[in-house]
Parts: sequence; C-alpha cells; structure tokens
Amino acid sequence: MNFELTKEQQMIKEMVRDFAEKEIAPYAAKWDEEAYFPVEVFKKMGELGLLGIPFPEKYGGSGGDTISYAIAVEEIGRACGGTGLSYAAAVSLGASPIYYFGTEEQKQKWLVPMAKGETLGAFGLTEPNAGSDAGGTRTTAVLDGDEYVINGEKCWITNAQYSRQVIVTAVTGKDERGKNIISAIIVPTDTPGFTIRSNYDKMGVRASNTCELVFENVRVPKENVLGDPKKGFKQFLYTLDGGRISIAALAVGIAQAAFEKALQYAKERVQFGQTISKFQAIQFKLADMAMEIELARNMVYKAAWLKDQGKPFTKEASFAKLFASEMGFRVCNQAIQIHGGYGYMKEYEVERHLRDIKLMEIGEGTSEIQRLVIARQLGC
Amino acid sequence: MNIFVLMKRTFDTEEKITIVDGKVSEEGAEFIINPYDEYAIEEAIQVRDKHGGEVTVVTVGNEDAEKELRTALAMGCDKAVLINIEDDVEEQDQYTTAKVLAEYLKDKNPDLILAGNVAIDGGSGQVGPRVAELLGIPYVTTITKLDIDGNKVTVIRDVEGDEEIIETSLPLLVTAQQGLNEPRYPSLPGIMKAKKKPLEELELDDLDLEEEDVEAKTKTIEVFLPPKREAGKILEGEIADQVKELVRLLRSEAKVV
Repeated sequence: MNFELTKEQQMIKEMVRDFAEKEIAPYAAKWDEEAYFPVEVFKKMGELGLLGIPFPEKYGGSGGDTISYAIAVEEIGRACGGTGLSYAAAVSLGASPIYYFGTEEQKQKWLVPMAKGETLGAFGLTEPNAGSDAGGTRTTAVLDGDEYVINGEKCWITNAQYSRQVIVTAVTGKDERGKNIISAIIVPTDTPGFTIRSNYDKMGVRASNTCELVFENVRVPKENVLGDPKKGFKQFLYTLDGGRISIAALAVGIAQAAFEKALQYAKERVQFGQTISKFQAIQFKLADMAMEIELARNMVYKAAWLKDQGKPFTKEASFAKLFASEMGFRVCNQAIQIHGGYGYMKEYEVERHLRDIKLMEIGEGTSEIQRLVIARQLGC
Repeated sequence: MNIFVLMKRTFDTEEKITIVDGKVSEEGAEFIINPYDEYAIEEAIQVRDKHGGEVTVVTVGNEDAEKELRTALAMGCDKAVLINIEDDVEEQDQYTTAKVLAEYLKDKNPDLILAGNVAIDGGSGQVGPRVAELLGIPYVTTITKLDIDGNKVTVIRDVEGDEEIIETSLPLLVTAQQGLNEPRYPSLPGIMKAKKKPLEELELDDLDLEEEDVEAKTKTIEVFLPPKREAGKILEGEIADQVKELVRLLRSEAKVV
C-alpha cells in the first residue's frame, strides 16, 4: 500500500490548482449569474493538455492515468462546479467512448482533436422519456443503404453546442427475444437535420453547456457506428462507470471549496466575544465536513486506481459517486449553515456550491440508481 | 547558446508561516519555485526557443528540491542539476550557495545565466551577483526586458519604478524582476516528459569542495515573525476636531511629526 501521489500526480495537482485559481475561480460567480460557458478557458485547458490526460500520446493525449484525471476534475470543480462538469463530461463522456470502443480510424478522426482540445465532445444518451431507464430509448437509427437515418430527441446533453460530434445512442433493431438493440453512433454536429438548442434555465452548474438535441432524418455513414453495433448498451454502461469516478471527483472538489470557505469564515466571525470556530457546535460541523471529504477523496482514488490497474471498478465507482455526491450535499449545506444569514447571500458564494452539488446526486445515474448498481454487484 | 538558471525552492509566503526553535517550520508548509526564479526559467526557455541551445536549471538544496526541478523541466528546461549539500554543510548562507554554484559553473562555459532578483524567503538578492563576481562575468539585476543580438545584449532594468537601459555582452548573468514575462504553466505533456529528462545529482565532493570552503560567513542570531497588526483607529466627530485629534496622535502617539 502507498497512499502518496506520484511526483507527476503532485505536479499535475499543483499546476491545475494554480491554473484554476487564476483563470477560473475569480470568474465563477459571474459565469454562474450569466449562465456563461467559458469557451476561452477550455481553449487554454486544451493547450495545457488537460483535455487529453487519460489518453495515450498517439491519440493526441498526455498519457496520464485516471488518478491524474480525477485530480484535475477535483481542482477545476473546486474553482467552478459548472466548468468542472463540462470538463468531466468532455473527457469521460465525449472522448472516452471513442478511445475504448472506436476503430483506429474513428480514433484518429474524432478522438485526436478532442484530446488536443480543438473541440469538445458530447454523449447523447438521456431522452425526455428514457432517463434512468436507458433501455427505454426511443431514438431510432434505420439503415438505408450505406447510411443510418436517425430520428428522435435527446435532453440535458452536456457540451453539445461546443462539440464537433455527439455520440448518440439509438435503437437499431430487435434481438431474437424481441428486445431493443441499442447502438452508439457518432454524429457530426453540422449534419443537416440535426438541431442543437440550449435554453435550459438550470438551478446550478450554470457555467456548463446543457443542450437539447433533435434529429429529423439525420443521415450519417454506417461506418460512424461506434465499435460493435450490437453492444451500444454495454458500451454506455462502461462509459458511465468511468464517468462516475469523475462526477465523484467533481463532488469532492465542490465540497472542498465550500469547506474551505466555511473554515475561513468560522475563524473570522466573532460572536459572544470569540470566533465561532471556538464553539463546539461549529467545530463538530467542520470536523465532520473535513472527514467526509477525505473519505470520499480516498474512494475516488481507489476507484481510479482500480480502473488504471485494469481491474473491475463498477462497484467502487458507484461507491465513490454515491458517497461523494451525498456527502458533498451535506458539506455544502453545512457550509451555508456556518455562514448563517451571510451564507444565504450570493455574495459569499457558498449558496452556489449547494446549487452546483445538487446535480451530483442526479447526473450520470441518480443516487437511487447507484444503490441499485451496488446491490447488483453484491449479487442481489 | 548555453543557458543556466539558478533556482531556489522556497516555502510559500502566502501560506501561514510558523516558527519553531528559531527556524521556519517546514511541517505543513507549502513549497514552491521562488516566484522570481519562475520569471528566470520562462525567460531562459524563450531565449533558447529563439536562439537555440540548451537550458540547464540548477539548485543547491536537498532531495526535496527534485519536485521543483521536475516542474522546471516540465515547463521546458532541458536538464536539471541538484547540488545536494544537506549532509555536508550544517550552516549555509548566500556565500555558501554562491560559492557552490560558481564552482559548478566555472568549467561549463555558460553564455547566459539567469536567476531571480530575490528569493521571497531570505530576500537578500545576493546569490546571483555573487556568482557573477566569482565567475568574473558582468551582471545586471532586476531586469524587465532582455534582447540578445549576437554577442550584444540590451537589457532594461527596473530602478525603483524607473527604467535604465543597459548594453552589455555575453557571457552575462541577469536577475529577473516581475514584469519580465508571464511564466507558463507546465503542460500535461511537459509534466509527463519531465520524468524522462536528465536530472543529475551532485555533492560537494563532486565539485572538489570541502565543508570549510563553503562555510557560512554570517550567523543568524534570531528569527521572528513581524508583530501582529493592531486594529486601526477610527476618529469621530466634526471634521475640524478629527483633524486636530489626528495631528495630536501623530505627534504624541506615533511620534512621526
């Protein structure tokens, strides 16, 4: 056992923290207020190689590991939850599926520009009537000669407006038992009939770009199907497993930010003649917050480590995602409580953390779905 | 061009500093590349990219400095040298560091040596000039611009807010002032490549130096934190009375007028 980060991991942590503190954190409140997607920051992140951390150099990546990637997500999330979400979605959902399941040609064509940060990527799974029940997907892709013709609708798709392509799940047929066969298809965003809109008014993570996708007879060449056309379902399950590690890391980052603000405030705020950090009622809150954050971070690192070792990590990724998001909600809530009335004011920026972190309990599998995943892994 | 950067690992003065047994406590302190040395590293990389050659970053310290050296390599330096004097030298000062560095550099034929203007911990600003003196080459401190044309070098120097333009020649040592450039972040590919770049570790022995040769010339008597800042005073009442009160306080309490 060795709990120490490697020198590279430490350097990545310091570099990303430095970058996020200078280029992201000072603007996070404004981006939240205006629901502004900081595309220029993603350009800089791309130049620094952040969008290609877990991919090999031959695909334009930096050749780092999942732990380094999780560290980067945490540090960006500590500065801005919305930017952190778009970053995590670009790497885990936009780029990873092509790296894991794409053909060599697909990787060269689609993965390389994403890993270099020239474009973001998106993953279109959720539909208005197929959320947790992804098997209920209604979007269809019908083979017509050498092309798939796609019709349907997707919702809450992160980054689509800033992506050259979206990986879209669609029903392509039925198996011998009459169940839908779901395939993942790479759809360039400039294809005729493909409409992308972003007019959601979100509670939190407002700096991230969230889109609605509409497909009306969208035609793509059949070689755009991602990997094995019969394995779309398995592919996105694996993709979501990886994505959960990044959502967990993001929750840790947001919680860390809320905790640091609460700790600092507690040491400065004087009531009854002393700083409120001297009161046990506040001390106990801060002790619980620090403990829970560290436990969640350890779980993130363990899940990431298992993934890097090529070992099964489904259960651990769900542990991390479930625990980190729920503890994060508790931490952000207590951070407001410690700030009292000031915490309820936007100026103190802790209320944003609570709004941001709420999504962590919902996105990429709700807490309820995580418990189902874990129970299934236990053999229930 | 053969370029060297003198780098120091320092504690981050933006973090809380505590003193234990007359020394700054390293426990819990954050360590960084001295910010002025970051300007030197950035400038060295830019000069190399423009004129060709190689950048070697050198530090005198202990093995913990490897992380800062790797960061410099990740930013784009080509080679790193750690001169580890931890086991050989008990008390060190600016003389020690300058002597060790000069001894290392004397047979390296440097064209350009860059250092930070001061280190944010000790703040003496002595090591750079001392090294130049020992090597017998010209030096210019607190520079904000560096132009090299063949052997001719034009430097802009910050003089308490004014500018001084100096013409000199290579070989040369300069120390970097804030405003010289904007240091880059080490990129991810840079960080991954840094572990494959050469990092040489030397001891006093390798430089044919004995402990006596580099013994500190100064002795630190006491290290203490600045006094805690007292809460300010807010004067009240009519403006005329406030002015009178202010003058009285400046005279009797602050004793400045």
